[in-house]
Formats: sequence, structure tokens, C-alpha cells
Amino acid sequence: MTATTQQHDRFDDLIPAEATYESVTAEVADIVLERPVKRGWLVGMFIGFVLLNVLLVSIGWLFAIGVGVWGINVPIAWGFAIVNFVWWIGIGHAGTLISAILFLLHQEWRTSINRFAEAMTLFAVACAGLYPLLHLGRPKFFYWLVPYPATTGVWPQFRSPLMWDFLAVSTYGTVSLLFWYLGMVPDLATLRDRTVGKWKARAFGLMALGWRNSASHWQHYQRAYLLLAALATPLVVSVHTTVSWDFSTGIVPAWHSTVFPPYFVGGAIFCGFAMVLVIAIPLRHFYDLKGLITDYHIDCMAKVMLAAGLSVSYGYTMDAWGAWYKNEPFDSYIYTNRFSGPYAGVYWGLIVCNCLIPQLLWFPKVRRHPLALFGIALAINVGMWLERFVIISISLHRDYMPSTWEMYYPTVWDWSLYAGTFGIFVSLLFLFLRLLPAISMAEVRELVHQREEEQT
Amino acid sequence: MPQLFSRSADMMLQAVLIGGILLVTLLFSALFAVVRSPDITNQNVTIEQTVPFSHQHHVGDIGIDCRYCHQSVETSAIAGVPPTQVCMNCHRELWNQSEMLAPVRESWETGQPLVWNRVHDLPDYVYFNHSIHIHKGIGCYECHGEVDQMRLTRQAEPLTMHWCLDCHRNPEAHVRPRSLVFTPKPLEDLADTTEFQEAVATLLAQDARDDSGVVELLRQRLATDYHLDERTDCYTCHR
Repeated sequence: MTATTQQHDRFDDLIPAEATYESVTAEVADIVLERPVKRGWLVGMFIGFVLLNVLLVSIGWLFAIGVGVWGINVPIAWGFAIVNFVWWIGIGHAGTLISAILFLLHQEWRTSINRFAEAMTLFAVACAGLYPLLHLGRPKFFYWLVPYPATTGVWPQFRSPLMWDFLAVSTYGTVSLLFWYLGMVPDLATLRDRTVGKWKARAFGLMALGWRNSASHWQHYQRAYLLLAALATPLVVSVHTTVSWDFSTGIVPAWHSTVFPPYFVGGAIFCGFAMVLVIAIPLRHFYDLKGLITDYHIDCMAKVMLAAGLSVSYGYTMDAWGAWYKNEPFDSYIYTNRFSGPYAGVYWGLIVCNCLIPQLLWFPKVRRHPLALFGIALAINVGMWLERFVIISISLHRDYMPSTWEMYYPTVWDWSLYAGTFGIFVSLLFLFLRLLPAISMAEVRELVHQREEEQT
Repeated sequence: MPQLFSRSADMMLQAVLIGGILLVTLLFSALFAVVRSPDITNQNVTIEQTVPFSHQHHVGDIGIDCRYCHQSVETSAIAGVPPTQVCMNCHRELWNQSEMLAPVRESWETGQPLVWNRVHDLPDYVYFNHSIHIHKGIGCYECHGEVDQMRLTRQAEPLTMHWCLDCHRNPEAHVRPRSLVFTPKPLEDLADTTEFQEAVATLLAQDARDDSGVVELLRQRLATDYHLDERTDCYTCHR
């Protein structure tokens, strides 16, 4: 009998003991259909809207004057725009990891977090995608990245990692969108059936693509979902690998390293899970979803974060080892300059946030303490941003020729653009929470069903 | 509860989707067509000039050499537009009362040059040099077409970068003997000229001369002789 008891425990971690099909559906669907708009939501949406306007002003000023409004200069041509691009695209990694890889590995704890993690991925990719375009000196020619039959008779430079980057990110964005939408179809049908107003029902009905919950629908749906998961899995690894090639194929001493791809992917998962937690912890608190996003869920995420954090620390160690092993004076100088040069504070900040603070996650009590975990996740997000700043901008500020050495001081427009992308992220997130099912009802109901089957 | 959607909803949705895809395809096809059209490239568009100068008359009927007017074409980047003096060499005597030529005489009397409107206008970021093209055996015809047929001068080719590259990627297909550079006809039509025969006689082996593909053989040989290579580095034209 012990085996069954253990199995019961397994479900108790994932769903409330009293959960039924109806209660699960009501809990999620009511957020969209029944509950009135709360003041908290309005405040969040307002902040998002203000930041969105900051973004529009920043972009407007940038387009009017040019990239000179930023702090970039000649050795440091890659400033905040690229730092923030890499940071956001890293955040956008958790969604597909949760939805594709954990799905293929039959990790049941993904069910109640995958939907909003995927949504977060999409919004983060949208923020990230903006930066390379704004970073172009002449953004109106962004479409030159697209291979189309031009009257110039030339194609984009397919040998350039910047081109691979464009293709990797756009593929990732497309597949993530399809995956998110496909997974939502049964839930959209549930909303269609539960909503009262005719036009609301029609809107959900249109998005539900005529889903009738029939056995043949489910058969096709599950096959398609599995296939998409298999397709999306390599993308989790490939996107940040390709982003890292932007740097590692260059001859800048601190960039030219083979450790970059795994180190970037590890960092992306680290940062992405931290962002999922930053969203999940307040979400379950304010919407009373502790029954669906349980302590077990956040515990699992904290473990993934710890593992990813260790891989990132390993990357830092390899950076040091590489600098020493090459036995090349300039490489050694660049490395020591990181922790003793003018930007030493940034480097030590990243060591504290990314290597030291996450060590707290070894303790189960910390992993199951929402507030502590929220703080750690925030620290990791900051730390990963500092890491990108160290890798990108600090590596450039000391060139081979001391006469070209410069400092990079971000201007108010650098910061306002960064704050502005939070406007996109926050606004979209709040709209998503209000308008779409934030948790997969169908998948959680499947858990309820499995529990019933095993109990009988 | 009544049905949410009518019976035809599926069909309408499909129609909207298919129609949308078709519309987008059509839109892009139209864009690609428009940028290649004369409205954008000015190909074959005749530009108004102060004096309706006819190349057909001066080149085709009279047979004046290109270099009589475009004097710097062999030695400089620009071919050059003749000073009024060159016009007056003949027109002091011929048609010297013609109404059509009044602006020329006025220019001559006042010393104020005639204003010609540019027909072949390359973007400022393109470096183009006439002399090297002439020197490498690229005939005027390759870019300017059959000028001896033009009553009013027009741009015979699209002048897109794609068009430039077509030749720069495969210059062999456009080369001709230097002796025929200033003849505004396709090389294929010039097989009977003495210049062509001479080039064949000096450059090609005896057994190749009567071959039907003699033009191609000659071009291959000229490409080697004139050291014609692919020139597709960005800095060839964008310096």
C-alpha cells in the first residue's frame, strides 16, 4: 500500500486534495470571466502604460536624433541595446524549456506554470526583438536582414552570425507563439462555453477554432502538441547558442571562446526561471492560486535555477581558466581588468547575485519560502543583466590599442529605453492575465482525472 | 442555447484566411514589380531637354564618333558633355537660322553653357568610371543601348545594382574588341565588319574562325587578353 500512498502524495503536491474538474475550471476561468477588475490590476496596468509611453518617447527621440543619444562610442559600440537584447532573449528561454523539454520528460509540475511561462517568453522575445532594430543606425532599413529578391542583386551575408541571430530569434518567436496558441485551444473553447455575452463567446469561439472536445480532436491535438514540443526542444538550446556566436566568432579577446554557447544557454535558463518565479509568486498570491501553483512547483523551479546557476558559475571559472591557459598578456589583462578595472563593482555585483546568493537554494526551507525566493529571483535577474554588461560592454572598453580606450557611461536615453521595454512586458502580461486563461485548465483537469483513476 | 456561428462561418473563415494569404502574396509581388518598373528605375523614360538633341541623327545618319562630343570618356571617370563650341563647329554654318537651335546660339553669344538634364543618374554613393570600362572592352552599347536609334536620348537599361552585378559577375558575356567599343550595336550584329574580322584573324586559331559560336570564342579570348575578372567586392563601386 505504500506505493499508492506515495502516488497520492505526488498529486497532493500538484493540485488541492478537494480539486474537481469544475473547481479547477472555475478557479482559472473566473479570473477572466467573472471576477471584477481589481485595483491591483489597474495599478499594474497603469505602471505598464506609463512605461510604454516612456518607450515611445525614447524611440521617438532615438529616431529623431540617432544612436548618438546613447552613451555608446567607438570601442564600445555595443552598449545597452545589445545588453538588453541578450538579457530579454535569455528571459524568453524558460517558457519553451518548461513547455517543450519538461513536457517530453513527463514532468507533471509543468502543467500549471507552462501557460504563463510561455506567455512571458513571447513578451520577452518581443522586447528583445526591438533592440537590434533600434540599434541599427538606420532602422528604416531593418528589412535588409530579410532574404528577399532585391533590385540590388545581393542577399544578406549568410556567413555572418548576426544573420543567424535574426533567423534564430524569429524562428523561436514563431514556434513559441504557435506552441502557446495550440496549447490554449481547448481552454479557449472552455471560455467560449462558459461566457455569457454573445460577442465575447464569438471572440473566444473564433480563437478556439471550432474545438468540440471530441476524442478525435484530442487525438489530433495531442499528436500536434507532441510534434511541436519535439520541434521546439532544439530551439531552446539553439537560440542562445546563436546569440553567443555573435560574440564568440569575433576576435575580441574576452569573447573568442568555445565555452560561450553552453554558458549562454545556462545563463538564459537561469534568468528565465528567475523571471517565471518573479511573476508566479505574486500571481499566486494576488489571485489565490496557491492550490494550483503550489510550494512544490516553486521548489522545482528553484532547483532548476540552482542547477543553471552552477553551470553559469562554471562558465565564469572557465573564463578565468581560459585567460590563464592562453598565456597571452592581453587576454590576462582583459580578465584581471574585469574585477580590478574601472567596472570592478559591476563584476563583483554579478558574482554576488549569480554565484553567491543562489547558493541559498540548497536549503529546502528557502526554496519553499515565497518571499525569500522572490528576492533571490530578483537578484538573479539583476545579476544576469550585470553579466551581459560585463561580457558585452566591458570587454570592449579596453581595445588592443590603449589610445582607443574609452569608458561607457549610459545616458538617460539608455535607461529610459530599458525601462520602456518593461512597459511592453508589463502591459502585455497584465492584458494576458485579464483576457486569457493564465493556467492550462485542460492539463490540470487531466491531473485530476489521473488521480481519480489511480484512486479507484 | 442558439448556435454561436452560422452554418457558413467555417467557409467564411477559410475564405478570409486564404484571401488574406493571397492578398499578402499579391501585395509583395506588386511591390517587387513596382521597384523594377520604369516608374522607379526611369528605364526608357525620355527626359525633356532645352534642345531636342537627336543621337539618331548625329550618330546614326551622320556617323559622328561618340568621342567627338564625349571627349573625356577614354581618360576620365565622366564621359563629358560637350561645350557649346563643339556644337557650333558645325552649326555656325548648318541650320544657323533654325528656331530649334536658338538656345545653342544664345549660349554661344552669352558664354552661358547649355543646361542638359542628366539621363543616366547613378546614386552619389556609387563610384563609376567610364575610362576603365572603355579600356576593358565594354562597349557603349552595353549600358547605353542603340543610341543611333534614339531620336531623343533615354536610359536604355534599368541601372539597378542587380543589373550592374549581372555584368560584374560575368563580364565575359559583355566584352568586345576595343576597336568596336564605340559602335552602338550588339556584337552579334557586327560579325561582318572589318574590325570584327581582324580581331578574329589575330586572336583565334584558324580552325575556330568559321565556327558558329565564333562570338563566344572571341569573347572568351578577349576576357583573357583584357584581364577581365569578376569585380564584386563592395569597394569596387562603394568607396
